[in-house]
Order: sequence, then structure tokens, then C-alpha cells
Amino acid sequence: MSSSENPQNQVISFTIDGQPVQARPGWTILETARHYRIHIPTLCFHPALKPWGSCRLCVVEARYGKRGKVMPSCLNPPIEELEVFTDSERVLNVRRWVLEMLLAGCPASREIKKLAAAYGVTSTRFAVTDPEEECLRCGRCVAVCNEVVGVQALTFGSRGVKKVLETPYRVPNNACIGCGCCVSVCPTGALQKRLDTVRGDLSRRTGHGYAH
Amino acid sequence: MKPARQDIEIILEQYPRHPQHLINLLQDVQAEYSYISAEHLTLICDHVGVPVTQAWSVATFYKSFSLEPRGEHEIKVCLGTTCHLKGGQRLVEACERNLGVARGQTTDDLKFTLDTVKCVGACALAPVVMVDEDYLGEANMVILKKRLEQV
Amino acid sequence: MQRLTNTAELKVLRDNLLQAQDPHRPIVRVCRGPGCLAVGADKVSQAFQSAIQSQNLEVKVQPLVKDTGCHGFCSQGPLVNLAPANLCYVRVKPEDVEEIVQTTLVKGAVVERLLYSDNGTRYKSAADIPFYRMQQKIILQNIGVIDPLDIHDAIMAGAYHSLAKALIEMSPDDVIRTVEISGLRGRGGGGFPTGYKWKRTVENARENPGPVYIIANGEEGDPGAFMDRAIMEGDPHAVIEGMAIGAYAMGVNQGFLYVRHEYPIAIRHLAAAIAQARALGLLGKNILGAGFDFDLQINRGAGAYVCGEETAIIASLEGRVGEPVTRPPYPSQQGLWGRPTVINNVETWANVPHIIDHGAQWYADLGAPRSTGTKIFSLVGKVKNTGLVEVPMGISLGALVEEIGGGVPGQGRFKAVQTGGPSGGIIPYELKEEFTDYHFHPPDVKPADKMELSVDFDSMAQTGSIMGGGGMIVMDDHDCVVDLARYFLRFLEEESCGKCLPCRLGLKGMLEFLNNFSQGKGAPADIDALESLGKALVDGSLCGLGRTAPNPVLTSIRYFRDEYLAHIVDHHCPAGVCRDLITYRIDPEICNGCTLCAQTCPQVCITGANQQLHTIDQDACIRCGACMDVCPVDAVVVD
Ligand SMILES: Cc1cc2nc3c(=O)[nH]c(=O)nc-3n(C[C@H](O)[C@H](O)[C@H](O)COP(=O)(O)O)c2cc1C
Ligand code: SF4
Ligand code: FES
Ligand code: FES
Ligand code: FES
Repeated sequence: MSSSENPQNQVISFTIDGQPVQARPGWTILETARHYRIHIPTLCFHPALKPWGSCRLCVVEARYGKRGKVMPSCLNPPIEELEVFTDSERVLNVRRWVLEMLLAGCPASREIKKLAAAYGVTSTRFAVTDPEEECLRCGRCVAVCNEVVGVQALTFGSRGVKKVLETPYRVPNNACIGCGCCVSVCPTGALQKRLDTVRGDLSRRTGHGYAH
Repeated sequence: MKPARQDIEIILEQYPRHPQHLINLLQDVQAEYSYISAEHLTLICDHVGVPVTQAWSVATFYKSFSLEPRGEHEIKVCLGTTCHLKGGQRLVEACERNLGVARGQTTDDLKFTLDTVKCVGACALAPVVMVDEDYLGEANMVILKKRLEQV
Repeated sequence: MQRLTNTAELKVLRDNLLQAQDPHRPIVRVCRGPGCLAVGADKVSQAFQSAIQSQNLEVKVQPLVKDTGCHGFCSQGPLVNLAPANLCYVRVKPEDVEEIVQTTLVKGAVVERLLYSDNGTRYKSAADIPFYRMQQKIILQNIGVIDPLDIHDAIMAGAYHSLAKALIEMSPDDVIRTVEISGLRGRGGGGFPTGYKWKRTVENARENPGPVYIIANGEEGDPGAFMDRAIMEGDPHAVIEGMAIGAYAMGVNQGFLYVRHEYPIAIRHLAAAIAQARALGLLGKNILGAGFDFDLQINRGAGAYVCGEETAIIASLEGRVGEPVTRPPYPSQQGLWGRPTVINNVETWANVPHIIDHGAQWYADLGAPRSTGTKIFSLVGKVKNTGLVEVPMGISLGALVEEIGGGVPGQGRFKAVQTGGPSGGIIPYELKEEFTDYHFHPPDVKPADKMELSVDFDSMAQTGSIMGGGGMIVMDDHDCVVDLARYFLRFLEEESCGKCLPCRLGLKGMLEFLNNFSQGKGAPADIDALESLGKALVDGSLCGLGRTAPNPVLTSIRYFRDEYLAHIVDHHCPAGVCRDLITYRIDPEICNGCTLCAQTCPQVCITGANQQLHTIDQDACIRCGACMDVCPVDAVVVD
């Protein structure tokens, strides 16, 4: 990572799906792909937030010499001479399974149905537990509230399959300033429905500063 | 009789005011009070300086914290790999039937909490049950019942 | 305790302690490891203390009773070892203590009935017992011997001698080079070269000056392994010394011991050991007068398997939820509080003093070429001798299970070995030749014709399993691989942090497939679908938990596809385990009409009068197995 020359002037040359591309230092593979308008699907990535890497839809296969590795493009910077494939069999295998499982996990989400259909996944073999569910626990809302708004009004509780978006003691949180950022970053619109479980009594807000 | 409970203030003062001590404090409060009350959670947050949301996610993430009072005695049935192969699963189910509670729950009289653990390191004597700090090796319902009558 | 101000004083202390010792004084070592405690070792130890006090034994035989860590042979517990004769008494009850005191301590004779016997041979000396004879104890050599709560005992056994050597004879770079040449690889499962990790960390710290941290990983989440526990409980100073040497090599002033909270005794022993080491000036400021400061802090895990993963430990130490984050950056670049951090397994740290003491070459010559040294396994399951064993790497799996473990007890047939816990695989007894890469046999063991698989990092990985932390679970034909794979998935589903989708949803999805299989549902094509889903988890998950989670499933499909097909196509569980595919029946030949089963059955579906044959009403039976567990004559059989 160390370099003696001025890093701003350097570029990293590599290929995506055979197309030669150049990345600026600090760019991820995803950012480079977007710069060249090469499509890679994402759900949890948001340009305003630190990439968290939860959805794994953005995986690509990166080959360097003889070694190939499947990795999320939103988190990994490219290296010189890397060959990136956005649609290899291993990549599609991950993406299709995640989408098929998401159809069962978030059956109410139209966004996810659309995305899955684009990869030929139209039905699911897995059991649906809550037909109303839209939230995929991508973490964007938690991140925006913490990193951008600086309030930490909502968080994830429990772990694993029980992981759920909530506030302490599952009561509306008076720390919430009602800015609505969480709703606007939510990829499926799930937060719109549960905003009132987060937003506390507007007159008793304790948060620092008000958005409006 | 249990000795009087240590004051929450005394527990708090053992740790410097730094977020790194959040988990240690939760553990000490859990050990002392058998659960973490809403009031204690807030006090801990104020002490180490983290938002309640962070403490909430920590307290619900880790398995050793309980937000509800637990029973006076804890029965922990081992479901580690060896105990599983040697019938640990049947043993928990027998406990559930006998105590009338599901795993993770506490009997109505607050006497017993039934829980499972993943290997207590006594695999050679599987299946293993722990009653509070005591191990019962090569356990079955008959042995366990006898033990529970003693407490 | 007098603080030691230089290395010479440590040597003087050790020499004085050794001189003061009477070599003829009998020593009674009572095992207080978890296995022995589970069968009443604490009562045995108390009985010794009070017997010796009340009898006021002559000055001549003033025996020393020590509570020690695990002796290894846990299935024979409670164990008592008597020095100097190295007598090993097994299954000792408090009532036996009086006789041991009278016969062995006073008269110097042997209590024959308490000796370990096998196939008609009674073994007087522990060293002759096959279980012990074939082991090569390096890390375990002090465990079960010293009193873990007495630092003097550890010092007599050589503790901190290597630290002193490193401090006066070696530069920090020498230490790192020695560890690198020794070939030591991480014992936490991955087998990453330790010296290389240290070197990288030091380089990163040089580029970016500031503190460096080291962490001992004592989370030991594998549900069937207890090696690290035995080390921390039985010889805590080995870990502390290893860390102090590592700290010296990497310029570290603060280390952390991350120990599972399910191990309260380990935490207590480590805390006591740290306090005593501090009092002697072996930790803290200006250690042994060498101008080097290092201290240790214990952090308790809070019940999360994923907190064995490096980045999750760091999150946990910082007071956050144990959610892994992506690597790179690796902890050696940005770890605890953003600083370069080295995380090593407890057993890895415990290896370090031996390497410094005997030299890199000595260590490199132990074990197999690319997997040097020894490894401790917890050998459990359907094997006669269960417990902790330390063997050179490269020993054959067959020798480990059949010779040291004594094979499968009873009528069972040896079917497979599970290694590496939830991240590992199921290796069949009849392994194809392609994997028989074979390096080493203890001198007096003739090669077994099966399971010649060499136990080392690379050969294990070739089978699709991993070496893992050291859990080794032997399965016989009454254990179902579908059920075991399902067990691990259920475990991981509970332990997954839930951050990334392939792991959170994928474990649930894989479990749905396996639940169907265990009920006889599904189609053969589902096995292929399950394999493909498993590969999606391997490629797609964020951390090692999800990336290795499919291993038990993938290896069991690879080696035991027939057993999967038996469930799906024939609706039959060959091992008689999967509940929906079995029936319980009472064998009329054996049933003696004791009525115990009828009293126990929660469904009250067993009928039969006292002294008469009992029968199970199959329609009401929920197959809970309670009758089988209580039947005193084993009349309940599974079909
Ligand atoms: C899910 C998961 C659980 C782990 N559990 C443990 C553990 O219990 N003990 C351990 O020493 N290493 C564990 N590891 C490995 C550690 O992440 C890490 O590689 C190891 O502690 C490094 O030490 P070593 O190089 O000495 O092996 C685990 C890894 C993963 C992905
Ligand atoms: S693989 Fe599993 S445990 Fe690891 S980060 Fe993803 S969800 Fe968490
Ligand atoms: S967009 Fe990269 S993991 Fe979700
Ligand atoms: S599996 Fe139960 S004690 Fe290890
Ligand atoms: S616990 Fe006593 S021998 Fe292992």
C-alpha cells in the first residue's frame, strides 16, 4: 500500500469482463465499474455510506494469475493486472441463490422480485415465514442514522436468523429526530411501514439538533 | 440465602469510563443480578459513554445476557457434538417435559432456568448436564431428577 | 513474593526451589480437569486432604497433594497419579482414598484394583498405558503435573526460563526468525504461519508507528473440543510466557486473553497466574530488569461462537457486537483500535516457549515437513479411550483412533471421524487411496491398513475437512451423517452473526433441505441443489464462519451420498437416528417387565403389567426415546 510517488497521479489498470479499465487510488472495483457504466447489482451499497458488505449481490470473480476468488466488489480495491468477471458461473451461483432465498425472506418486496427476475429467479424453494416482510437487514438505515445523521436511533437486535431492526426495548426512540434519512436510503421501502416504531413522541425528542 | 447484592455503583466504579468495558460491565451485572434491567442498562451506558442502542444490540447479540430475571438455579444441558451423538437432545426434551418450560425459559416459581450449552469440555462423559456450577457426567433424567431434589 | 530484578535471580529462585525439594517425597496429583470434576474429583481431592490431616502421617511420608489440570485420560476419571512411582489410579472414589493412603503412601505398596487394566493387563506405571505411551507430550508435559495455582511449581518445571533466554540472549528479530524457521503454524484451525504473521505485523507497525497489541484466542467455540481449556486451566503460565515472548519480539506492551465465559476455572487460573507473575516481576514494568514492559488483561467472551473469528474478537474487545468485518485490512494491518494486532490461538502461544528453549531446528524436526511440531486433540465420541492426546503432526489417523483411542467400543463398527467442528468435515474410515499421503508412525506401531491419512494441515484440507482446533469425534455405525451435518447447521444457524445474506439465509435454507431429508422427503436432485447452495455460501459469505459452514454437509455428501439416498429414496435411516424414520420396539426376549419405561413414557403409550412383557403403541409414540434411556436391560430397540 505504500508508495513513494504522489499517489494521486497513479492509476490502477485492470480488466472487467475483458474490458481494460483504470481505477483511481482508493476506488473499489464497484466504483470503477460504475465509472465505466458496467452493471453490477447491489442492495446494501449506498454512495453516502461506508460499505458494509451484507448483501453479497455485488460479488465478482477476481482472477490473478492462476488463482480465482469470489469477492464483493463494493469492499475490494482492484490491483494492477487483475481480471474481474462480473458474470462468471461462480458469481451467478452466489447471486441466484441469494436472490432465491431473498424471495422467501422478503416476499412482500417488489424491488427484490424485479431484481430476482432479472437473474431468471422467479420462484423459491424455501419456506416463507412472514409474507409481509420486506426488510432484508441490509443495514443502510442503521448506517445512515449513525454515520450521517449521528443519532443512532435504531439498531439491529439479536443475531443470526433472529436479527431484526429495532430500537431499545422495542419502543419508539426519543433520540430520533424524524429526519427520514432511514426511509430514503431503504432499498425496499420496508422502513416506511415501520417508521412509527422508531420515531418517538415528537414533543419529547432528546436528539441533538433537528433536521426540520 | 444469597448474600446481599452488590450495589450497582460499586460494580460500575470497578471499570474506567471507556466503551471497551461495556461487555465486562454487562457481564458483572448479569452475574450479580441474574439479568440486566432497563435501569441498569441505562446506568451502564452513561458510565461507559455509549448510546443505549449500542448496549441494546450487544445485550441481545451475546447469548450470556438476559434481559429478564432468571431462575435461582440454572440447569444447562450440554448439546455439544459428543453430547448430541450420545443423546443430549433426548435429555433436553425430557427436561422440558419435566420442568414444563422450553429451553431458555424459567419456571414460574423462578426456581429453575433450563438452558443448553455447547460443550462444557467434559465430552468424555457425555451426555453432560450442569446444575449451577456442578457437572453431572453420563447423565440421564433419573440422575438429574435426584440432583434437582437436593437443591 | 520477592520481585525478580534480573534473569539470574530467576535461575537462583528455580535452583533454590529445586534444592528444597525432597525427591523421595510422595506427591499425590488429583486431576481436577472438567472430565474428572464431572465424576466427583473434588470429593476425592477433599478426601485426600482430610485423610492426610486427620492421620497426622509421619514426618517421613509427608505427602504433597496437588490439584492439577487434566491428566488426559478423561474416560477413566477421576484420576489420581502418585509420584515418584508414576502410579496411575483410575476411577477413584472418595471411599478409596483411605486405602490409597494406607497402602500406597504409608506402606509403599500398590492398590491393584485401582490400576488401569485392559485385556487382562494391569498397568502400574502411567507411562506403560498404551493411551499415554504413544503420545509425545510437549505442550501437555506440565499439565496434570504442576499445580496451576502455584507459580513456584511452574518455575520448577521450567516456566519463564525461555522468556529469560529471549530477553538476554536474543534480539526481537531473532525471536521472530526463530519462530519463523520452526515452521510453527497457527493451532486455531487455519494453520497460518505464525512467524510470518508476526513479521508482517512488525513491518506494518514500523510504517505506521504506535502501539501494537497481541491477543490470545481462548474462545474455543468448537462444540466438542477442550484442548485450549486444558492448557489455560492446567498450565496458564505457558500461555502467559508465550505471549510475553511474542510481546518482546513485536514490541508490545499490552496483551489480551479472550476466554470463553463458559470456562470459569480457566479464567480463575489465568487471573491467579497473571497476579503471581506480576508479583514476581515477570509481567508489568521492566520485566526481569530487561527494560521491557508488558501486561495482560483477561476479557471474557459472552457466548458467541463467531467471536472466535479475528475481526469479531476485536469488535468484542472494543465493546461492540461480535460482527466480523471484511479482510483486508487484516488485523496485522488494522486491528484493535485501528492498530496492528496479532491474534493467535492459546495453543499456538503455548508452543512458543518450547521453540525458544530448544531452538527452531528441534521444533522443525518434530512432526511432518510442512506441519511441524505436535498437536493436541480432544479425542471423543465412539472411541474407547477418550480424552486429550498430544501427537506429532503427520501421525496416521488410524493410529490415532485405533491405537491411542483403542478403537470403537462394544459392537459398533468404526465409520468416520469428524474433525474441525462446525467448520470441518466428516472423513470416512474407508478413505480412497488418493489421500493416503503418509509421513509418520510412532516407532512401535505397525501401519494400519485403513485411515492412513496423515494428520497434518495439508492432508486434512485435501479431504475437504480441516485440521481445525483439535476436536476429533469418532463416529460408529449408529451415528448418522445426515443427522450430524444437520446438527452442525443448526448450531451455526444459532451462532451466525446474521450480517451477510449468504450465511444468514443460506444456513436456514440448507437446514430446510436437511430437515426434509431427515424426514425421508425430497428428491435425489435436491442433494445436488444442496451442494450448489453450499458452494454459494463458500464463495459468498463474509467471514470464515459462513465460508466453512457447508464443510460438514459437502464432505458428507462427497463420502456418504448413499446414506443421503437411503433417507430420500428408501425413507430409511441406516444408523437408526433420524426420528421420523425409525420406530422403537421392545424386544420380548429381553424385557423383564420392570415397568420403568411405562412410568417414564410422556405419551403414556407403553402398556404391560408388572413382570410382563411391555409393548409400545406405535400410533401414539412420539419417538422421544425416553423408554430407551431408562430401560435397565436395554430391551428397547430401534428399527
Ligand atoms: C467462525 C470462526 C470461529 C473461530 N473460532 C476459533 C476458536 O474458537 N479458537 C481459535 O483459536 N481460533 C478460532 N478461529 C480462528 C481465528 O479466527 C484465528 O484464525 C486464529 O485465532 C488465529 O490464531 P492461530 O494463527 O494461532 O491459529 C475461528 C475462526 C472462525 C472463522
Ligand atoms: S458469514 Fe455469517 S457469521 Fe460471518 S459475517 Fe456473514 S453472517 Fe456473520
Ligand atoms: S453491495 Fe456489496 S455486499 Fe451489498
Ligand atoms: S459435548 Fe458435551 S461436554 Fe463436550
Ligand atoms: S479431566 Fe481428568 S483426565 Fe481429563
